Amino acid sequence: MKTGAALAIRDVRMSYALATGELPVLTGIHLNIKPGEFLSLVGTSGCGKSTLLRLIGGLEKAGGGEILLDGKAVEKPGLDRGMVFQESRLFPWMTAEENVAFGCLRNLSTSEIRETVESHLRLVGLSGFGKAYPRQLSGGMQQRAAIARALVGKPRVLLLDEPFGALDALTRIQMQAEILRIWQAQKTTVILVTHDMEEAVYLGDRVAVMSPRPGTIKQIVPVPLARPRDRSGTPFVKIRRKIYDEFFGKGKTTSDTKPQRHEGRRRK
Amino acid sequence: MVVPCLLLILWQALCDHGVFRSSYLPSPLVIGKTFLDLVASGELWRNLRVSFLRVLEGFALGAGLGTVLGLTMGLSSRMERALSLLTGLLRPVPTIAWIPLLILWLGIGEGSKVVVIAVGSFWPVLLNVIQGVRGTDPRYLEVARVLEKDRWTLLTRVILPSALPSLFTGLRVGMGIAWASVVGAELIAASSGIGYMIMYAREVSQPDVMLVGVAAIGLTGLLIDFLLLWAERRLLKWNRR
Repeated sequence: MKTGAALAIRDVRMSYALATGELPVLTGIHLNIKPGEFLSLVGTSGCGKSTLLRLIGGLEKAGGGEILLDGKAVEKPGLDRGMVFQESRLFPWMTAEENVAFGCLRNLSTSEIRETVESHLRLVGLSGFGKAYPRQLSGGMQQRAAIARALVGKPRVLLLDEPFGALDALTRIQMQAEILRIWQAQKTTVILVTHDMEEAVYLGDRVAVMSPRPGTIKQIVPVPLARPRDRSGTPFVKIRRKIYDEFFGKGKTTSDTKPQRHEGRRRK
Repeated sequence: MVVPCLLLILWQALCDHGVFRSSYLPSPLVIGKTFLDLVASGELWRNLRVSFLRVLEGFALGAGLGTVLGLTMGLSSRMERALSLLTGLLRPVPTIAWIPLLILWLGIGEGSKVVVIAVGSFWPVLLNVIQGVRGTDPRYLEVARVLEKDRWTLLTRVILPSALPSLFTGLRVGMGIAWASVVGAELIAASSGIGYMIMYAREVSQPDVMLVGVAAIGLTGLLIDFLLLWAERRLLKWNRR
């Protein structure tokens, strides 16, 4: 089985053309991702983290620099990069298994398709739900099916764009454990975009912290903790604190920073 | 059911007391008897069948053209630009306005009637298909791009299914107009069909036959719409219902 690809991002820039001129979204992005690595990308909304992910996915064109996937420049979307979005984006007119089959490579026989679809539904814990339409599935199950659809084409990089952002807190924690299990089984390279610092630390080998306007990578924080990680253990909390300080400055507490939606909810 | 029944009773009572003259508005009982007579003689079925076949032919032609042209205009903005002035100009023309011209060009035979129906059902199908194709969620198109799907797969598996609810709306509206147009065409020039039956009854002063004809048109229209709705529910069971 092919394992994850290495990704090199060199001096990537991008800006949106507005009526008033150019609005820089990303500048000077440098990032090297090892094959099979799990990288979390955190930042506030509007910092360009989703744009960076869409650039890697080939859905947007960079204004400069280059993105190399195993040494080859990324120019357009491709099956070597699976993508999962915040909304499941399952086709409502297809059943779960038809949706997953839609992600299959073209040169497979009918029986091969049936087998891979079956095994991927099993991988994401959806065995027995293949005949269900998306509207009959819960939000978490829809996202599982979307992950299966992204994985069935054997991508070498899995790009996750806030995939659990629309799920409730309990389902989200469950899905984080699931994605970890899937990543360990598939050995693909994973890039996860999130605004949830705990999620970033819980999942990532490294956490890239982005700052906005224009989006740059402020710091890369390694997470040298064995998995599964204890979210309330001292080393975990220390790393999360470090990332927190990247956003709000050292020594400040929640009471003298502006209330922030996500961090505010997580801190006691 | 209560309101129609009460109306029928009132209608019957007013006729019995001579408020309505039977040469203008016959009583429900008389109409019922005429209905049974027309069914027994086979006249009603024969005329309905003729009209229905015309509708099927014209509708197949109009809806087919509307779907094909709607798809091309929905998919290619160049086609849309090229044709939008023409369609914008022709669309507001009521179907009936074409009847005299079509009789001139195609004679009073089947051809002119079928084309009238085709014109009537063409527009709602065209407009709804364009809207349906245009309305495909760009996020779904993005998924297809990420999965490297070719144009044919994109069209058949993503764009067409997502346009299907709109297409069905167009078909239902188009069928309603087709059924109305056949009667219109037959009222003006025909020697058979349900519209002809009504027109002929006027000439020989048979208001009961005219009313049976009107009721038959209404009932058939209702039945056709019901059938299309049923087909839609079966085909689009993934859609919320």
